[in-house]
Amino acid sequence: MNALTLSHISKRFGELVANDDISLSLDKGEVLALLGENGAGKSTLMNILFGHYVADSGSISVFGDVLPPGDPRAAIARGLGMVHQHFTLADNLSVLDNVMLGTESITRMRTSRAEALARLRSLAERFGLQINADALVRSLAVGEKQRVEILKALYRGARILILDEPTSVLTPQEATQLFATLRQLVAEGLSIIFISHKLDEVLAISHRVAVLRSGKLVFEGPTQSATKSSLARAMIGRDVESSGESRADGRRAISEKPTLLIEKISAQGEDARISLHDVSLALRAGEIVAIAGVSGNGQSLLADVLFGVERPIAGHVQLNGEPVALNASAMVKAGVARVPEDRQHVGSVGDLSVWENAILPRVSDARFSNMGLLKSNAARGYTRELVSKFDVRLSSIEHPIRKLSGGNIQKLLLGRELSESPTLIVAAQPTWGLDVGAVSFIHEELSRAAARGAAVLLISEDLDEVFALADRIAVMSRGRLGKALPTGHWTLESLGLAMAGEPSEHAGADNHAA
Amino acid sequence: MNEFLTLLGDAEFWIAVLRIATPLIFGTLGVLLCERAGVLNLGIEGILVAGAFLGWLTVYSGGGLWLGVLVAAIAGGVLGALHALLVVRLPLSQHVAGLGITLFATSLSYFAYRVVFPKVDSPPKIEPFQPMEWLGLPILSAQTPLTLLAILLVPALWYVLTRTPLGLAIRAVGESPHAVEAQGINVMHLRTGAVVAGSALMGVAGSFLTLSAFNSFFFNMVNGRGWICVALIVFASWRPGKALLGALLFAFFDAAQLRLQQSGGGALPYQLYLMLPYVLSIVALVLVARKAAYPQALMQPYVKGSR
Amino acid sequence: MRLESRTAVSRIAPLYSGIGAILFTLAVSGLLIFWANADVLSAYKAIFEGALGSRFAITETLTRATPLILTGLAAAIAFRARLFNIGAEGQLYMGAIAAVAASTLMMNEANELALPAPMAFAAMIAAGAAAGAALLLIPTLLKTRFKVDEVVTTLLLNFIALLFVSLLLDGPLKDPAAMGWPQSPTLPSELEFSKLLDRARVHTGLLMAIGLAILLWFVIRFTRFGLAMRAVGANEQAARFAGVGVNFTLIKVALISGALAGLAGVGEVAGRTGYVTLDMSPGYGYSGIVIAMLAGLNPIGVVFAAVFVGGTIVGADAMSRAVNVPTYIADVIVATALLAVLVAGLLTRYRVVWRNPKVPGGSR
Repeated sequence: MNALTLSHISKRFGELVANDDISLSLDKGEVLALLGENGAGKSTLMNILFGHYVADSGSISVFGDVLPPGDPRAAIARGLGMVHQHFTLADNLSVLDNVMLGTESITRMRTSRAEALARLRSLAERFGLQINADALVRSLAVGEKQRVEILKALYRGARILILDEPTSVLTPQEATQLFATLRQLVAEGLSIIFISHKLDEVLAISHRVAVLRSGKLVFEGPTQSATKSSLARAMIGRDVESSGESRADGRRAISEKPTLLIEKISAQGEDARISLHDVSLALRAGEIVAIAGVSGNGQSLLADVLFGVERPIAGHVQLNGEPVALNASAMVKAGVARVPEDRQHVGSVGDLSVWENAILPRVSDARFSNMGLLKSNAARGYTRELVSKFDVRLSSIEHPIRKLSGGNIQKLLLGRELSESPTLIVAAQPTWGLDVGAVSFIHEELSRAAARGAAVLLISEDLDEVFALADRIAVMSRGRLGKALPTGHWTLESLGLAMAGEPSEHAGADNHAA
Repeated sequence: MNEFLTLLGDAEFWIAVLRIATPLIFGTLGVLLCERAGVLNLGIEGILVAGAFLGWLTVYSGGGLWLGVLVAAIAGGVLGALHALLVVRLPLSQHVAGLGITLFATSLSYFAYRVVFPKVDSPPKIEPFQPMEWLGLPILSAQTPLTLLAILLVPALWYVLTRTPLGLAIRAVGESPHAVEAQGINVMHLRTGAVVAGSALMGVAGSFLTLSAFNSFFFNMVNGRGWICVALIVFASWRPGKALLGALLFAFFDAAQLRLQQSGGGALPYQLYLMLPYVLSIVALVLVARKAAYPQALMQPYVKGSR
Repeated sequence: MRLESRTAVSRIAPLYSGIGAILFTLAVSGLLIFWANADVLSAYKAIFEGALGSRFAITETLTRATPLILTGLAAAIAFRARLFNIGAEGQLYMGAIAAVAASTLMMNEANELALPAPMAFAAMIAAGAAAGAALLLIPTLLKTRFKVDEVVTTLLLNFIALLFVSLLLDGPLKDPAAMGWPQSPTLPSELEFSKLLDRARVHTGLLMAIGLAILLWFVIRFTRFGLAMRAVGANEQAARFAGVGVNFTLIKVALISGALAGLAGVGEVAGRTGYVTLDMSPGYGYSGIVIAMLAGLNPIGVVFAAVFVGGTIVGADAMSRAVNVPTYIADVIVATALLAVLVAGLLTRYRVVWRNPKVPGGSR
């Protein structure tokens, strides 16, 4: 039976055609995977489905009835439920409050908490989604928050569940658990749209696959008939060199003395982030060491410590044998290249011009200022050089940097750091959310920097990236860093276990001169 | 010190405390509603002036006292709607728009007062609310019905916020508008409603000054009370019960300084006593600042479809 | 109703929106003047002539604009760094009283601190600037050390500062010759700002204010500090990441902003009144915020916005005498202009879409 039919959906934003005549259908009890690069039009399509946008043309029907466009409430009422990649939960409320939000008429004089609680409990029981209804959402782990999101949708009577990149925040083991839940949901007659760009997952969970590229539906068919490479080709539009084995094997640590020595760093973030306990690591010139881990296990705090924006409460860091002060300007002066996770809000100041951003960390340099006065011509010339050398696409370096795409901002930020011939590069999630072209560009640049003799610390949640680039991998879990072992030592499974914090032979960190 | 102790046993003193606290209770609850929904409303100072003026003008022109309160509430609501238009519908800076509203409402009230009363030396008087002698309770009997209303509003607002679907939505929208939008609730309408309701309470706070505490309207009578409410809400962690406590605590110190100023005589300059409430507000802010749990979306404009 | 970001901002859009804001302001205040039973056109004519219609009018407008430029600059630089200094009113009074205190100390020959007049003049200006800066330093340190929101603290400090000045005017800085009025001693004439023109009150403080506006424009645009300040204002987190000392920058901004507001007080004492009273500023500090916003936080724009606001106040005074409309109309005009300019500025960047476009035809 047909659960959902999208016919001839088109949507333009100015010049950009986000969705071009897309027709799709979803059967009852079916898992449809929706594949596509960032910007392929997946989220536009889902926003239209949920009434957040109105399509320029086309129609949607749910269980045979036409869905009124632009009406989020109608979409929910007809049984559509969405689990967003970025959770839409209010942290100050309890699980039950979050589940109840919006389910009762806003004019009612009191909430029926007892009934709601009973219903939530029975749903949780039925689908095996254990959760403490009274816990504040703020205190939940990521996997639990996702469970709350799924329960929220089920509580609203969702018959069609849409999950947007649901595994991006999970360990491989948690992902397996999620897949079990999804199979149970499908067995109960629900239909699922599974949005992802991870091919293995898609092949594992879906019955049918649809691939979007530049707003068009370029492939649709049963999963059985698809292969990893056929899907990748459909997604990207050309053959991709298998990136799995591209690690520069000729690269060898060129020195026995560590470039970066992290000794027993403990830190406590000001926010609710997990704290770091006795983190130690030695990094030698010419090697790439990756820190893998599930989002929210302390990697971002460690990155902030090494970026010089969070002060550790204990421990110290040596650079080329010298102790280094952990503040941002000292790190810059010491020749550390820093690539932050959030390029739009941390790496760059959106309202400042491109050239101002290009010089900001080194503005005190004699190259860019003299007696407190900016040398703006020199700065502009320097920026133009960066722009051409690192292939940044822009119309003017005078424009605010926020007008650039994420990939172009990242290229500029990377260029700004790498052109200083750093001895150490700390990169946090450097390719997060970028398109394939920008990703391979950034991977190449990092490999090349290591080949030139820089020590590279790559903090990443993307295991493909970790395996592709790293010489050694260490896993971070609950604020503790495991031992950095050669990449060949790891399998996906052992890495997943370590990320989940399972005790294994790798536990007990002693990373000195591994 | 002795003097201070006799103060605590003096019913007159506690009557003054409750009287001083009343506009602060209304105002702080108003700020609470706005900020719980994620909107800073620095228009409060001007809304107090407008409420004081229009409430008084209504009564002066022959309307009843309660009609005056209603008019003040409506005036507050209208100014709140203007603020919401600027910062909820349009993503303007909440600081600047609020200050603009304060300047606008204050100057418009003063202008209107001078148009209606071009040449009066002493401000015209009205017959204000009378104490509720019939209540037969100590201290509370000496207050006017508006004080009782203010106190009753505290549990009422608590109930709405914690026990109704609407309150749940308001608490959520100040923390994560995306969570609210995702449930098909209109963020704009919800925030606008909360700001209008909160501003109406601020209007009532203003009317208390002219219809109960005093019996006429004069310039500068609001004198920073609105700003104090904005400080008190941080101290109150955005909770109605604590807002009441904060307002009472502030009023306690204000009443104490008034009394000490009178009885203490020339020992210290009177300005030092007058400074005390403002200094204490700052001290209270410093004490709670570190652990203040601001609503996460406070002051962040919500543009649909953005993150 | 919702907003859509405009893809391209036309060059003349600001012009349209500016004209729209002016027309809106004129319409609102016109209605109020009509309500006050005066002829709207002749009232506007009276305002215009009162502000700019004669040599006297122009000099009066510029005299008014002098403190407004300085408080406008104080707000503009602070807001640029997202330091919400709403306390310029208090800083102005502190600057004024410090100038008087310094001059009474230094011009008293019996005092060991006595200085020759030119040095005393410099010391008086420095004292005023320092007092304003010190008052803003308090909430700024509370912000950087304890994360106390500076909006409320700067607002509350206005009241504290005014009471403090009142205390001094009742005590050590009371003018014995003032017959019991709370008024400070008059500055010795050697320390007064000289007049720019005969038979007019406009004084060299105006040149100081314009000079500071140009200097500030230069600093914001062309110096390392200016870049750091704009980075902190635009995105504190990113500025910190880039190695900008955020707290240090905020403190420097606070010192400059407070000093500018303090100088506004010095200018009023040394250029216009000669002594401090408790009503010497009709809210110049608050108007400074409006002026800074009208000018889009641009220091050069502040000069013009200050002349507009000063002219409105002076013109409204004249009109009030001529056609009997309360002078408070000036504040109403300024407040309306602020709100209109804010909305108009926004509409050059966004387009209002009144309803969702209907789906044409559905499926074909």
